[in-house]
Amino acid sequence: MHEMGIASSILEAVANEERRHAGVRATRVGVRIGELAAIDPEALRFCFEVLVQGSEQDGLQLEIERVQRKHRCPDCKEEFVIRDYDFRCPRCGTVSVEFAAGDELELTFMEVSEDEPSSAGTKST
Amino acid sequence: MNRVPLERKVLSENDKIAAELRARFHEHAVLCLNFISAPGSGKTSLLERTLEALPRDTRVAVLTGDIQTENDANRLKRAGFPVKQITTGGTCHLDARMIDKNIADWRLEEIDLLLIENVGNLVCPSSYDLGEDAKIVLLSVTEGEDKPLKYPSIFFKSELMILNKVDLLPYVSFDVALAEENARKVHPGMEIVRVSCTTREGLGSWLAWIERRRQSVRAAAAVADGAPVFAPALKTGC
Repeated sequence: MHEMGIASSILEAVANEERRHAGVRATRVGVRIGELAAIDPEALRFCFEVLVQGSEQDGLQLEIERVQRKHRCPDCKEEFVIRDYDFRCPRCGTVSVEFAAGDELELTFMEVSEDEPSSAGTKST
Repeated sequence: MNRVPLERKVLSENDKIAAELRARFHEHAVLCLNFISAPGSGKTSLLERTLEALPRDTRVAVLTGDIQTENDANRLKRAGFPVKQITTGGTCHLDARMIDKNIADWRLEEIDLLLIENVGNLVCPSSYDLGEDAKIVLLSVTEGEDKPLKYPSIFFKSELMILNKVDLLPYVSFDVALAEENARKVHPGMEIVRVSCTTREGLGSWLAWIERRRQSVRAAAAVADGAPVFAPALKTGC
């Protein structure tokens, strides 16, 4: 159970970003979690909510994107999702041990609203 | 509403410290190994046997993590090498900052092998890079053969699986072939060594594994030493 530490790292990263872009407030943060990351998304969400409640970041939403384990075929280069530890490429049948995705624990984005007019830092997209 | 892309690791602070540690270990040709298992699989026993069996001129240091007590450090100190207990006070894993803090008064140029015994836990330690050269996972024959399937992350991230307590095989219904097959399902091609810390069976293969890794660390440090072009290639501050 280290999701509390992970949640607190996410909030710290968001607070750092807020400081970098003066006058903005984060409303939503995106996190990408691979199935091999040893993170329980529901436990993470619970910890995140407990930490933000009543804090300066109260109201911040967490968006979790889950990533399945994928391998890359050495022959046809197809990237395919691994199910039931079957490493055969669905396109050409070659067994692939080349890991392509699934151990992510990454911040992907942050949505911000501008608290007050400020010329520093942010750009509209 | 503006969307700011972040695209970086959640544990980037930990990873940054770990990368600095790894660079320092490599500079001083220190082989650093991070031992992870469930409580009771035999990490401390394996370290005890390893410390006894290593050539006497090997300069070893040990960090051992637990939530409470100095018991493991007291056991390991008997071998006469520097040992430090990290008591996390409740945290279920070690992180890079704890390693950095606890090696601060050790001189890395006087260490060949740094063994880190993580907190007994198959889940949380797998997320934290400690700057090690390799994670090593222990599984003992009194556990289930399906542990690699239940805890895939740590078996995937560990380079070596040590199957411990093989002296008990006649008394337990543990299927070695199935356990190894499961480990290699999660981590194709995973290296596996079978040992018993009681009878010392298999310790030779384990020590040979360490020696191979020590040689590659020494070779890499020598190359870096002789080729200054390589030296500043490590990125810092990102």
